Amino acid sequence: MSDAAHSLGRAHHFETAEQQYESATLGMWAFIVQEILFFGGLFGAYVVYRNLYIDAFSAASHQLDISLGAFNTGILIGSSLTMALAVRCAQKGEKNTIIGWLVATIILGFGFLGVKYVEYSHKWHDNLVPGSSFVWEKPGYLDVAGGQVKIFFSLYFVMTGMHALHMVIGVGIMLWLIAKIRRNEINEHYFTPIEISGLYWHFVDIVWIFLFPLLYLIGRHT
Amino acid sequence: MSAVANAVENGHSNGKTYLNETYGIKSWLFTLDHKRIGILYLITLAAFFAAGGVFASLVRIELATPQGDVFEAETYNKLFTMHGVVMIFFFLIPSIPAVLGNFLLPLQLGARDVAFPKLNLISYYLYTAGGVVALTAIIAGGVDTGWTFYTPYSTTYSNSFVALALIGVFINGFSSILTGVNFIVTIHKMRAPGLTWFRLPLFIWAQYATSLIQVLGTPVIAITILLVVFERLFQIGIFNPTLGGDPVLMQHLFWFYSHPAVYIMILPGFGVISEVIACFSRRRIFGYSFVAFSSLAIAILGFLVWGHHMFVAGQSTYAGMVFSFLTFLVAVPSAIKIFNWAFTLYKGSVLLDSPMLYVLGFIGLFTIGGLTGLFLATLGLDVHMHDTYFVVAHFHYVMVGGMVMAFLAGVHFWWPKMTGKMYSETAARVGVFLIFSGFNLTFLPQFVLGYMGMPRRYHTYPEEWQALNVMSTAGASVLGIGFTLTIIYLLWSAIGGKRAEANPFQAKGLEWENAGSPPIAHNFVDIPIVVEEAYAYGKKHDEAQIESPEPAKEEEVV
Amino acid sequence: MSEHHIVPLKIYMLIFAALLVGTVITVAIAFVDLGFLNTPVAILIAMVKATLVIWYFMHVKYSPKIVALFAFAGFFWLIIMFSMTMQDYYTRGWHEPLPIPFLEN
Repeated sequence: MSDAAHSLGRAHHFETAEQQYESATLGMWAFIVQEILFFGGLFGAYVVYRNLYIDAFSAASHQLDISLGAFNTGILIGSSLTMALAVRCAQKGEKNTIIGWLVATIILGFGFLGVKYVEYSHKWHDNLVPGSSFVWEKPGYLDVAGGQVKIFFSLYFVMTGMHALHMVIGVGIMLWLIAKIRRNEINEHYFTPIEISGLYWHFVDIVWIFLFPLLYLIGRHT
Repeated sequence: MSAVANAVENGHSNGKTYLNETYGIKSWLFTLDHKRIGILYLITLAAFFAAGGVFASLVRIELATPQGDVFEAETYNKLFTMHGVVMIFFFLIPSIPAVLGNFLLPLQLGARDVAFPKLNLISYYLYTAGGVVALTAIIAGGVDTGWTFYTPYSTTYSNSFVALALIGVFINGFSSILTGVNFIVTIHKMRAPGLTWFRLPLFIWAQYATSLIQVLGTPVIAITILLVVFERLFQIGIFNPTLGGDPVLMQHLFWFYSHPAVYIMILPGFGVISEVIACFSRRRIFGYSFVAFSSLAIAILGFLVWGHHMFVAGQSTYAGMVFSFLTFLVAVPSAIKIFNWAFTLYKGSVLLDSPMLYVLGFIGLFTIGGLTGLFLATLGLDVHMHDTYFVVAHFHYVMVGGMVMAFLAGVHFWWPKMTGKMYSETAARVGVFLIFSGFNLTFLPQFVLGYMGMPRRYHTYPEEWQALNVMSTAGASVLGIGFTLTIIYLLWSAIGGKRAEANPFQAKGLEWENAGSPPIAHNFVDIPIVVEEAYAYGKKHDEAQIESPEPAKEEEVV
Repeated sequence: MSEHHIVPLKIYMLIFAALLVGTVITVAIAFVDLGFLNTPVAILIAMVKATLVIWYFMHVKYSPKIVALFAFAGFFWLIIMFSMTMQDYYTRGWHEPLPIPFLEN
């Protein structure tokens, strides 16, 4: 897409750099809209089953570790901040600081994924991963239907798993951005890739903002 | 002669068009030119259409006799499943957007390409990759769940290659989504100077509405497919009734996309109809803004009616009433279009070239299909007609009598634009006749069969219905001959046909008046400036209305 | 280019703080019995947090209105999906199954 004859990064089919920038932003938002609907299908299934099986969902939710979930929420919010700061540095043309903030975002992203790994292995140990190994025998909850609890954990793993996959992709995008910066393909006049990658990363954060209370905090007051 | 007109005639000064600008297979397979991508889609789509047609022929051969004597039941199930999967996901949904949308959008907008050309190429390869995976599932042994892959059969009981086929559909879905993203941004951001929203060709409005549906709806079937695949592979239990899962939930998620998907199929067809009818009536479209807004209305309302596929599935009757009422509402904007097109014809100078014949056929057949949809939207009637041949006839009237005929109308109308060649009009008229008569002979009897109670997806039926089934099979043969003939004469014209003039139908629009047939690689010599409304047929001094930014100098003319 | 508004550092830090506070509130209020309001309150807090991220971190406040329309449309379509699906589940128990005559013999 770069051509020495044009200003940095401007593709030939656009008339102005501004047109290209606005197109990129609108395009990423259109993509985010479809991501909203993608996760939305899972939230839709969640809404239906939570309404049908509130006791089982409550019992299942109690098996999740609130402190780990809240900690992860904090990490992700922090990574949104570092990402926003990376974009801000790009706007101001501070090349090395951009890389610094992107690295910070990546580290926080890995932190989140690490905590998720810990949570997943706990669940595996407790036989709460849906599949043939699933067994529901939690003391105090034995009158709750195991099948319905299994549905909760199906949703839990698919929703958080999809989210984690999107985070992994996001980390990959960060690394690609760092490579682009080091190859001087980004400067204060052309930093569109950073900006639209930021949009993607913030969206992944937003998904978690909804996932956390809906999965971890059901029926905690009882 | 102005530089613009000359470029239109000669394809820029060196005779190079997008077809011969560069040579070699790599210049096609790695192209970023939206026009070449449209042609690539056309070729691949034709192949899928042929495959889907083969499956249909096998189905009709079986149904010529009441006994299940040609195929076993399970094989028959695979045949109609694969007919549906190939035709819906790999032909109908991409069709007009991928071929005509890709080719025409930048030209009609006065742009040099779509907003994201690389993404466009990726869309094409996602489409072919998805197709290869689905074909692998078919060759490995096929799928027998019906194209709707309802649970729990698809997740628990089917012994066919469900997961593989669904992964093929999933990959293909991303092609649709990315095309939608590309078109939305292109229409918002790449319009030529002076091309305001209400000067746009109605094909663009239709394509915009389609792209909205592609972006908003397709991800939901993507996640549904993933859930079904996970359930099938890992028994996660989410649609399993023995655990408390609800198979009807899967249907809700499935139809949330698959109903708007039918509007993805038909809306671009509506766009083509507007373009062709205006040209061949030599009139502007009657009620332009009504037609434009009705496209948006269909896109939006189309998301509110999906439950009409589930009236007898176990859905609440009250929900059924809501969905039934909303389904009646969504018929209104479609009817508005039909009325507007009819009024466009009135007092127009109607020319009956083959694209227009397809359009007239569309108007009649789509109306029948649409009205029979209202029969099915009526709760009391649907209880009797759901899962009968009445439904099959209804959707074939709208999808084949409607959509495929609109696709053919568009391919014929823009054929000289895309290839620079003209097909044989006589052959084309024979094609129209065969397709129109073959189609009606195939599907009109099916309304009667359905009304009498013949179930769909069965390979046997009571003997008293054989006559109608034989009629239907005979019609299918005629239809098949018609399609084959069409492909043959179109290919013939592309390879060795008569060279077309730049604007053989004297159509209005930037793609006709400011670009050659075929266009140069970057579409326009200079980006046009638009000063008049769309479809300004019958206006005096037509040539002067669409200007290029600089006056032509004599030295520029070669 | 000229139109890219650079958000002041202070605003980013404020939003960050608000998001963390929102998280603390979400957890704390989950342990308080608000009856049927627990769920709506949790969702409301999440929506406020999401709005802050969209408005400031994603620069929608400083972008053309069409961007905000796109964002709104995405979430609005979710409302369509949830409400039209739930109207089936809510009303399923409202009547007895309709009699099927031929089975009653």
